[in-house]
Formats: sequence, structure tokens, C-alpha cells
Amino acid sequence: MGDGSVAEGGAPILLLEHATKSFGAVHAIEDGAIELYGGEVHGLVGENGAGKSTLVKILAGVHRPDSGTLLVDGEEAIFDNAKQSQAAGIAIIFQEPTLFPDLSVAENIFVGAQPLKRFRRIDGRRMRREAATVFDQLGVRIDPDRPARGLSIADQQLVEIVKALTTNARVIVMDEPTAALTGAEVERLFRIVETLRLRGNAILFVSHRLDEIFTLCQRVTVMRDGRHVLTQPIVELTIPSVIRAMVGRDMDALFPKVDAEAGRPMLRVERLTREGVFTDISFEVRAGEIVALAGLVGAGRTEVARAIFGIDRWDAGQVEVDGRRLTAGSPTAAMAAGVALVPEDRRQQGLVMDFSIERNIALASLDRVRRAGLIRRGAERNFARDWAIRLQLKYGRLTDQAWTLSGGNQQKAVLAKWLARRPQVLIVDEPTRGIDVGTKAEVHRLLSELAAQGVAVLMISSELPEVLGMADRIVVLFEGRVMREFARADATEDVIMHAATGVIEVAA
Amino acid sequence: MTTVAERRSVLPPRASSHVVAELLFRFRELGIVLALALVVVPATVDNHRFLSTTNVQQILSSTAIIALLAIGETVVVITRNVDLSVGSVLGISAYATGVLYVHHPHVSLLIVFLVAIAIGAACGVVNGLIVTVARVPSLVVTLGTLYVIRGIDGAWAGGNQVNASMLPNSFNKIGYGTLVGVPYLAIIAIVAVGIAGYAMRSFRTARDFYAIGSQPDAARLAGIPVGKRVFLAFVFSGAMAGFAGAAWLSLYGSVDAIAGVGYEFQVIAAVVVGGVAIFGGSGTVLGAALGALLLNTIYSALVVVNVSSFWSQAFSGGLLVGAIAFDRLISVRVAPALRSRRRVRV
Repeated sequence: MGDGSVAEGGAPILLLEHATKSFGAVHAIEDGAIELYGGEVHGLVGENGAGKSTLVKILAGVHRPDSGTLLVDGEEAIFDNAKQSQAAGIAIIFQEPTLFPDLSVAENIFVGAQPLKRFRRIDGRRMRREAATVFDQLGVRIDPDRPARGLSIADQQLVEIVKALTTNARVIVMDEPTAALTGAEVERLFRIVETLRLRGNAILFVSHRLDEIFTLCQRVTVMRDGRHVLTQPIVELTIPSVIRAMVGRDMDALFPKVDAEAGRPMLRVERLTREGVFTDISFEVRAGEIVALAGLVGAGRTEVARAIFGIDRWDAGQVEVDGRRLTAGSPTAAMAAGVALVPEDRRQQGLVMDFSIERNIALASLDRVRRAGLIRRGAERNFARDWAIRLQLKYGRLTDQAWTLSGGNQQKAVLAKWLARRPQVLIVDEPTRGIDVGTKAEVHRLLSELAAQGVAVLMISSELPEVLGMADRIVVLFEGRVMREFARADATEDVIMHAATGVIEVAA
Repeated sequence: MTTVAERRSVLPPRASSHVVAELLFRFRELGIVLALALVVVPATVDNHRFLSTTNVQQILSSTAIIALLAIGETVVVITRNVDLSVGSVLGISAYATGVLYVHHPHVSLLIVFLVAIAIGAACGVVNGLIVTVARVPSLVVTLGTLYVIRGIDGAWAGGNQVNASMLPNSFNKIGYGTLVGVPYLAIIAIVAVGIAGYAMRSFRTARDFYAIGSQPDAARLAGIPVGKRVFLAFVFSGAMAGFAGAAWLSLYGSVDAIAGVGYEFQVIAAVVVGGVAIFGGSGTVLGAALGALLLNTIYSALVVVNVSSFWSQAFSGGLLVGAIAFDRLISVRVAPALRSRRRVRV
């Protein structure tokens, strides 16, 4: 079968059309579609939050779509659970597979479907032999008798693939399979995927890495904002055209970053390394500047922020705040030096949901409302009210519990809590995720004002328009390394996306 | 044109420590046998009566009771649960057996043991239902039923006692009889360990227990009926404790409201020392039984060399903590080997 000419005329093994799926008010998928033929490797790409994972989970039977049709071999099939999806011949290989560490490789492959001999006893010999046969066919050396504990991620994926083959799965979905693999492991996986394709399987290959998509796939589907954008043979596409399809939206005027005079360096990160997580990270943030850390999910952005704030230790390198070196692994030292971190997950890490709003706001500044070691309720309330007004927090009463606030106002409360410490360096991780447009603009205005007052702001964001609109400089991480750094004037969505997917343009 | 970002691996392989850890895991039974020798030899040198027929038979009989309980406990622990109620179940089953004989002196042995098993299984049903339906952690549930069942036992027995004289000789003989010098109870336990050990290796349901304890979420994804299996494990543990209750009565001859108090500790110590991972997923019935043998041998050795029984308690407590620490240490050594391969590419 030649490249690009995939079984035209034949019926697709799997066809998903007009799928929608919402979680509460969030529309994860608004118009999802995918079409898979036997003998093709089909790439699925899109930005963070484009709905790829949700689509995979619909195929896996983990999520049930709100509407839409799913046809397997031309027959209607909507799955309520993983078992039904498996029975329909769909196998999902997740990025980090879930095997049973204590069971042998062979047992993992055949769990729940072990070959039996007389009296329904498990035929261990046949089980091992069949596992070994499939490993041989794929040209892989894994001892079926060894426990799954200690297998590399790559080998665990192979075990899952073999499991899929022994259950006669015809559609194999791989969700970011290469994200945790080494170069050699990726090559081995590619060989195996090609073998599967030639056997007539349909493979859906979800990846952030466009170079891989172009190496491996015959056709590509692009998703954006929960919608199907295009499905085309790879030969008709180029990397820039795919990126344009992934990004392709208008910049809105949400981002009122005022130009501020950059002052002295407030935060300087030098060759920061945490083994296995990020390597050689260097950048600086000056007073009055907003610097964005861009990159894909898993590129190490949050991890860098955590290390700077002292939540995680670093193995090498150093962090300076206003010229003084920070102690590794000490949030107390970071806070004393004037660093504040507004975490990504406000529900888990930002607020104590069962505490009152006023208590949450004052929580990081208790020394200001305390006398002789005791917290004065009146002082706490005045302090909290003062900050609630400054941030235009919308609440019922300050004594209400924090969970009564809307998502956007929760985020403002977290900001209030940290701004109340009057930080010199403010790190915000996904400051506008999941909040409405109006509040988003307010958060942006706030960050901009802070920068204008001389605060050094380090912003982690997965939203490219936000990055482009807010940041004076943009540091792009890829797999734990600084891929490129852009000044605001040089940055476009395309070049950032290229850097974030590990693709460097050689010519400008 | 485009170029692909370079990838390279940085961390050296850590195969050697991994292999050692795996050997220790696999040959846990061998380690227990070695430890047994380490206890037996010095104790015999100190007091040659330690290996006398009577003493060895006593060790084997009391081990048999713990081993029967340990078989059921092993299955529960493998599913990442725990059954603390086994001592109380043994107690109420032993008393019920005695009362049955008081009222029906001529009832057949088979009926007696079936009744004992049924009482135990009923207790297991209660534990299993609360754990799987109400989703209360088994530690809490069985700590509760440990006291509830003991309380019912106490209210029922009051100050009464059933003596050996009220029991038929055929029943008592199970406790004191021997076959070529091996106590009947030990033979029963060995057969039970053999059957349970084989079943745990050979049947899908049994392998499900391991899968559930090893990775509960994956078990659910693989379509294993987790609730049903955990329920079954508790019923089995209860049934074994019920059976052990009748065996206990035949060995000691008299029963009151405090039979089997504190046995849960001995049983769990035996299971853990025998290499069953306290967080589920691995371990064998044979290992647990050998663990019971080791602990009982140690108790006996400490008595023979005239160490106070308080010290033997402290000793078995230390051994329990030591065994769990040892398991943690191994998994902590295996985990980095796993993690270092996860993100080698930097």
C-alpha cells in the first residue's frame, strides 16, 4: 500500500462523527470526528486542550459522548465501559501503561483471559509460549516470566501492545506513546507500528511531535478547541500547514500588557537541573517584566517553577533573587526572599476550600494580623477586606467558605493571598485556566499593573494568545530544556509552536 | 527544512541492585528456612530438650492453628486488605463447637467442622459486605468486628467453660493424635497449605486476587470484578478462621470467652514475615505458613532458654516491623530503577 493512498473506497473500521462531550460548563469536545481504515497509521494532533485526550477516552469507553455517532465496522457502537470497547476490538496504549507490577509479563498479557487446561486450571506453559511467540513476531526480547515491576515505560507499552494483539484488537490507539521514550526506543516502537500496519491494523497515533507524525503516518487529523479541523493525507501537508491548522485563531484584545521599563534582574535562574526532570535551565526576569514559560504539557514548566519556589530540590545550578542566592528546597527561604507562587491547581494547592474567604486571603500573611502569637479576627478581616476590594473580588460574605466563589474569583482570592505578601517575584502557573473571559481580562490587567509597579512576573501558560499578548519575553521549554527564547516582537504562534514541538527552523 | 531535537540517555543502568532485590523477593521461603535453622541450632545447644519429640509436636500443633488462619489472611492481604477479626472468629467458632457438643454429644465430626466453617464464613460475609458495598477500609471494618464478635462471644459464653470431658474422644483425638509422630493438626495444615497454594497459582479467580492487590485501578480496567473478588477473599478468610476454631478446641480441650485473643497479631506477623507484601499483590500461602512456623519456633525457643514471655512478645513485634521494613526497602530499591528509566532522555 503506497503512502497516502489508504484503502480508498473501502469502509472504515472505525468512524466517529459529530461527537460532543462536556464536563460541567467546559466543552471538551464540540465536534469530534475521526475515521480509521485498516492498514493506516493515522495521526491526531492539536494544541493542549484541543480535545485529543477526551476523544481517545471516548474510544476507550472511559467517557461516554453526550452526542454523536460511533461506528465500528459500520455498526453503531457507543461504549459504556472499557470492557465493551475492548470487545469491539479497540485497544488503547496509554502514555504510561498500567500493568500489574507483581505479576509476570505473560500474566499481564493474559490477565482475565488466561488459556486454560483441564478443570479450568491456568495453562501456564501455553500462556508463556503464546506470549513469547508474539514477542518473537515483533522482534522484541522480553522474558515472559519476569515480573512487570522494573520494566521500562517502552517495554511496558510493548506488553500492552502484545496484550492488544492477543485479544485480536484491530484498532490500536496510542496516546502520546513516545513522550517518555528514548530515541532508540522510539525507533523500535516505529518498527512495531509499521509491522502492525502491514498486518492490516488501524493505528491512531496521538502525538505532540510533528516530526514523528510526518515520519510515521499516512493521514492526519487536526483538532482545535474541541473541533475537527481537517483530515488529509500527509503528502498533502507540511509541518507549517499543520501548525497553522492547530493554532489558526484570531488574537483577541484581551491582553492589555503595558510596556514597562525593565529594571534590574530580580530573578535569575542559572543552569538549573533536576535530574530526569529538567536540565540546564537558564533565564532571568527583570523588575517590571513579564516572562512567559511556554511549552507543551510535560515540558517541565511547572517543575521549574516548583524548584524555584523550593517545593522540589534541584540537583545543580542556582537561583538568585535580587542578587542573593536561594537555598535549594526551601519554600520558607523563597518566601522570605520575596517570591510568591500561585499554583496551577487552585482547588488542591491554592486555597483551603473549607476555610472562609478571609482566612484564605490572610493565610500567607499571618504575621501581619497576629499579636503575641494569636491571630486577631478583626485584623484578619480588615486585612482580607482590603485585598478583596483591591482585586475586585465578588463574594457574598468574607466569612463564606472559599468553595462558594466562582472559578475566576477563586483565582483572584489566590492572587490576593500572595499579593498581600507584596512579592518581588511573582510566579503564576496557568493563571487563567478554566475561568471566564471577563475575569481573565481582569487577571491580565492585574498582572500587567504589578509588572508596572516593578514586580518581576514569571507566567506559565499553555494558551499561546495569552503568552503572546502578555509576555515581554518568552522562554520555550521542550522536554526539560530551554528550546528557544523570544523577545515579544519576534514571537508568533507559529515559531513558538515549532519550538514547543521540538522542531527548529533552520532558515528564518 | 527541519531538524529533530537531539535525544540522548544520561543515566547508567542500575541492573545489579535490581537483581539482588528480585532474588530476595523470589527466595523468601528459603530465607525463612535459614532463619529457622538459626533459631533451632543455638536453642538445641543451650537445651537439648528443645528438639525433644514432645516439644517439636507442640510447636507443630500450635503452628498448625496459626497456619490455618494465615492461609485465609494471606488471600485477604494479597488483595490489599487486612482481616483483623480472625482471632475473634476463631474464638466464637471454638465456643460454638463446644456448645454444639454439649447439646448434641453424638453429632458427627463432619457436621461439627461444617458448622464451624459456616460460622466463620458468616463472619466473613459481614466483613466482606461492609468492605465492598459500604466501601469502608478493611482495617477499620475488621478492627470493629474484632471487638463486636468478641463481645457477642463474651455475652454468649458468660463465665461458662466447655471442658475436654464434655467433648467426645474422637474429637479430642484430632488435637493430640499423631501419625508416625506428626500431629494430625500439622497434617491437616500441610494438606490445606498444599491445596490453597496450588489453587492460588492455578485458577483465574486466584490470579485476580494478585492483580487487584498489585494495581486496583488496572484491575478494574481489565474487567476484573474487584468487589466480588474482595468479598470472596473475606468469606474465605472467615471460613478458614471458623475451621481453625474447631481445630483449636480439639487441641486445647477447653474453651471460654477469651479463646484466640490476640491471634490476629500472630497471624499477621506470620503472613508478613512469610513474605506476603502488606500492600498486596505478592506472596504465597506456603511462605505465610513457614512464617507461622518460624514465629512459633522462636516463641518456643525463648521459653526453652528461659526468656520471659514478655520478651518473646517484644521479639515478634520487632520481627514484624523488621519484615515490613525489609519489604519497603526492597521496593524502594526497585522503584528508582524503574523511575530512572522513565525519563532517561533529557
